Amino acid sequence: MKALMFGWEFPPHILGGLGTASYGLTKGMSLQKDLEISFVIPKPHGDEDQSFLKIIGACYTPVVWRDVAPEKLKERFNSSMSPDEYYALRDHIYADFRYLYTNDLGCIEFSGRYPDNLLEEINNYSICAGVIARKEQFDVIHSHDWLTYPAGIHAKNVSGKPLVIHVHATDFDRSRGKVNPQVYSIEKNGMDHADHIICVSDLTRDTVIHKYNQSPAKVTTVHNAVDPVSKDIENIAPIRNTGDKIVTFLGRITMQKGPEYFVEAAAKVLEKTKHVQFVMAGSGDMTEAMIHLAAKRGISDRFHFTGFLKGKQVYEMLKSSDVYIMPSVSEPFGISPLEAMQVGVPTIISKQSGCAEILNNAIKIDYWDIEAMADAIYSIITYPAMYNFLKTEGKSEVDEIKWEYAGQKVRNIYDYVCGR
Amino acid sequence: MFKNEKTLHMKTICFYFQIHQPFRLKRYRFFDIGTEHYYYDDFNNESILQRVATSSFLPANQTILEMIEANKGKFKVAFSISGTALDQLEIHAPEVIDSFCQLAKTNCVEFLSETYAHSLCSLKDQDEFRVQVALHSKRIESLFGKKPRVFRNTELIYSDELGDMVADLGYKTILTEGAKHVLGWKSPNFVYQSATNPNVKLLLKNSKLSDDITFRFSDHQWNEYPLTADKFIDWIDNIPENEQLINLFMNYETFGNLQSKESGIFEFLKALPHFAEQKGITFSTPSEVAAKLKPVEPLSIPYLISWADEERDLSAWLGNTLQEEAFDKLYSLGERVRMIKDRRIQQDWLYLQSSDHFFYMSTKRASDGAVHQHFSPYDTPFEAFTNYMNVLSDFIKRVYAQFPSSVDNEELNSLLTTIQNQEEKISKLESELKTTRSRKAKA
Repeated sequence: MKALMFGWEFPPHILGGLGTASYGLTKGMSLQKDLEISFVIPKPHGDEDQSFLKIIGACYTPVVWRDVAPEKLKERFNSSMSPDEYYALRDHIYADFRYLYTNDLGCIEFSGRYPDNLLEEINNYSICAGVIARKEQFDVIHSHDWLTYPAGIHAKNVSGKPLVIHVHATDFDRSRGKVNPQVYSIEKNGMDHADHIICVSDLTRDTVIHKYNQSPAKVTTVHNAVDPVSKDIENIAPIRNTGDKIVTFLGRITMQKGPEYFVEAAAKVLEKTKHVQFVMAGSGDMTEAMIHLAAKRGISDRFHFTGFLKGKQVYEMLKSSDVYIMPSVSEPFGISPLEAMQVGVPTIISKQSGCAEILNNAIKIDYWDIEAMADAIYSIITYPAMYNFLKTEGKSEVDEIKWEYAGQKVRNIYDYVCGR
Repeated sequence: MFKNEKTLHMKTICFYFQIHQPFRLKRYRFFDIGTEHYYYDDFNNESILQRVATSSFLPANQTILEMIEANKGKFKVAFSISGTALDQLEIHAPEVIDSFCQLAKTNCVEFLSETYAHSLCSLKDQDEFRVQVALHSKRIESLFGKKPRVFRNTELIYSDELGDMVADLGYKTILTEGAKHVLGWKSPNFVYQSATNPNVKLLLKNSKLSDDITFRFSDHQWNEYPLTADKFIDWIDNIPENEQLINLFMNYETFGNLQSKESGIFEFLKALPHFAEQKGITFSTPSEVAAKLKPVEPLSIPYLISWADEERDLSAWLGNTLQEEAFDKLYSLGERVRMIKDRRIQQDWLYLQSSDHFFYMSTKRASDGAVHQHFSPYDTPFEAFTNYMNVLSDFIKRVYAQFPSSVDNEELNSLLTTIQNQEEKISKLESELKTTRSRKAKA
C-alpha cells in the first residue's frame, strides 16, 4: 500500500500542533512494513527526518518547463531532492502556468508558514499537487487539515484514487464560532469530496457531522497520540529557585485557549495561599489584555509572562512546574497536556478538549468554571497524594497512548476505502 | 432414628439485610476552609433518603411484616442499620423507624451490631472501633429494645485479627463474606469457627445465591431469567443434604430500588416461605443459627476480606494513594478528637468516617468501576478526593482550635485527667460542705 500525503508542516520546522501530529502519525504508520508514505509539504528545509518516509517539496516541483542542468539542481536542492526526481516531475507538467510567478527552476516559491496571502499559497500548493499526483504511484490520498484539502481533491480528480482527509481542527474551534466563510467553504468542499474523514476527537467529529453536514458513516475518530520523550529531554533538570509551587499555562495566548479563566482562577488561589507562582508561557493577541487583567486582580507579583518558548525551553518550563493547565474553550485534541504528563506533571484540562476523551488521570473541568479550576490547582499543590497520584498514574497512562495504535486505525480506514 | 436424621438435615435460610446511608458532602471549595463549618449536602441526602424510603424501605418492611404475620412467625430476618442511616431516617423519614419498631415487636427480626458510621475504623483505630460499636449498640437498644448480640463489620470486612477484636467486645457470632479465595473448595453453607478464637462462630455469605437476587434478578441477559421463588427454593433444596445453612446477605435496597417494584421482586420475596415450607426449609436469624448449628471446622482468614467488587478485598476503599492519604489523615486525629467534648465536632467526626467517602475516590475501572460510578455523587475520583480533603482540612483546624496545638496528645490527656479529677474533688467537697452546713443548721 502506498499513501500520498499532503501536509503543511513537518518537524523540526513547526509552528503548531499540526506538524507534531503529522510526524507522530507517519512515524507510527511506518512500523507497518507494507506501507510506503510520500509526504508533500510546501517548503522542506532539508533537515527533516526522511528515514521512514519520502518528503516531496512543493517548492521543488516544477510547474513551468525550464532546461536546467543536473549540476545546478544538485547545488540548489542539497539533499532535499535528486535531479532525476525533478526531471520526472517536469515530464508531468499538465498545463501552461507561465502566468504565475516562478523561479529559474520553473518552481513556485512557498513560505511554508501562514502568510497573509495564505489562500494564494493554498492554491499554488494545489497546482503543484497536480504535477506530483500525475507522476507518483499511490493507492490512497491523505490530506492533513484544510490547507491541503484542495490539493487532495486535485490529486483525487487526476488519479481516481480514494481521498481521506484528516481534520486536526475546524474553523469553529479557531474562531469560537465566528467562521471565516472562505475557510469554511474550503473545509466543506474537502469533506464533500472525501471518501472518508478522520477526526482527532469525538468533539471534532460532532462538529464535522453537524456543522459541515457530513454523513456519520463517513466520519471516524482517530485520537492523536504522543511520541516518547527523548533522552535529552528526560535529562533536563527542573529549575527550582524558590520553594514556591509553580502552575503553568503553556500555549498561544488567544481566545481559543481560554487564558482569562486561568488568570481568574490564579487570583482565587492566591486569596487563600501565598506559596505559589503562576506562569503564562506563550504569545498571542491576548497577551497584553492578560497582563492588564493580572494587574487589575493585583496578582502581578505572582503571575509571570515568559513570552514564546521553543524547543528545549518548553520542556524546561514543564519540568519546573507542579501543575500544567489547559483551559481551552475549544480544543480539537490538544497534545500538550500529554507532553506534560509524559514528564510527570499533574495536569488540568478543560472538558471542552478532545484529549479529555481519552485521558483518565488528569483533572477535567469546564473551561468557564474558575472555582473548580482553582479548587483543582489548590488540591494538587496542597495534598501530596493528589500530586503523586496524578504524576505517576498520568505518566503511565500516556506512555500507553502510542502513535503506532493510531496508525493502525488509519490503516484500517485505508484498507476500507481501497476496498481491501 | 430416621426422623431424627431428617430434622438434623433440615435446611435453613438466614436473611440479613444491610441498610446504610452516608452523609454525603456538599461541594466544598478550598476557599470555604476556615469559614464554613457545615459540610453536608442536605438536599441530596434528603432526596436520596426519601426516594429509597418510599421505593424500598417502607414497602419492603410492610411486605416482611405481612409475611411474618401470614407465616405465624416462621419467617425471620436480620437487619443491620448503620447509625448514620438511623440519624438520617430520624430527620427525613421517621416513619421508617416506626415500621422497624413494629417489626422488632414481632420477635422474628434481629438487629445486628456494627460501627456507628459504617466506617473503616476497625482497620486503623481500635479505640475508635470500640467507641463506635458501643455507640451503635446503645442506639439500637434504645430504638428496638434489644441489645444486639451478633456482629457484622462494615461491608462484611473481616480477618482473624479483626475477629479477635470483635470477640474482645463480647460478641460470639460474626457475619462475613464467603470469599472464594478464602474458602477454596469449602462451602459457605456451614457454620465455621474462627481459627484464632474457637468461641467465635462465622456465618458466611452465599455469594452466588445472594447476588442472584441482588444483581441478576431482573437481568434479561441472564440465562436463568426470570427467577421465580419455586425455582430459587429448588436450587436451595438441591444443595447437598449436609449443607444446612444458606446465608443470603444483601443490601436492603435490593427490594424496590436496585430491583424495581415492577420487576416483581416483592412478589418473589412473598412467595419464598410458601415454597420453602413445601421443601421443609426454614428461616432463622443469625443468633438462632449460632445457637442451633455447630461449627464444622476452623476457618483461617489471615488477610482482610470484604463483600465488595470482584476481588472481595479492601481495594474499593483503600486501593490507591489518594484513598490512603485521606484515610491516614483522618485517623491521625482519632486520639485528639476523643478528648474533645464539643458535640458538633463529635458528630462531624463520625460522619466523616463513613466508608462511602473513600469508595467515591476509587480509581478502579472495568466492570466494578461502573458500580463505583453509580453510587458516587462525584463525576471523578479526583473531585471526590479534593472535596473530602478540603472538608477534612477545615475539620482539622477546628479540632486543633479546641486546645493549643503546642500541647501534644499525651500531655493534653494528663491535663484533662487532672482537671477531671479536680472537678470530682470539688464536687465531693461541695457536697460535704453542704451536709456539714445543714447539720450545723439543724444543730
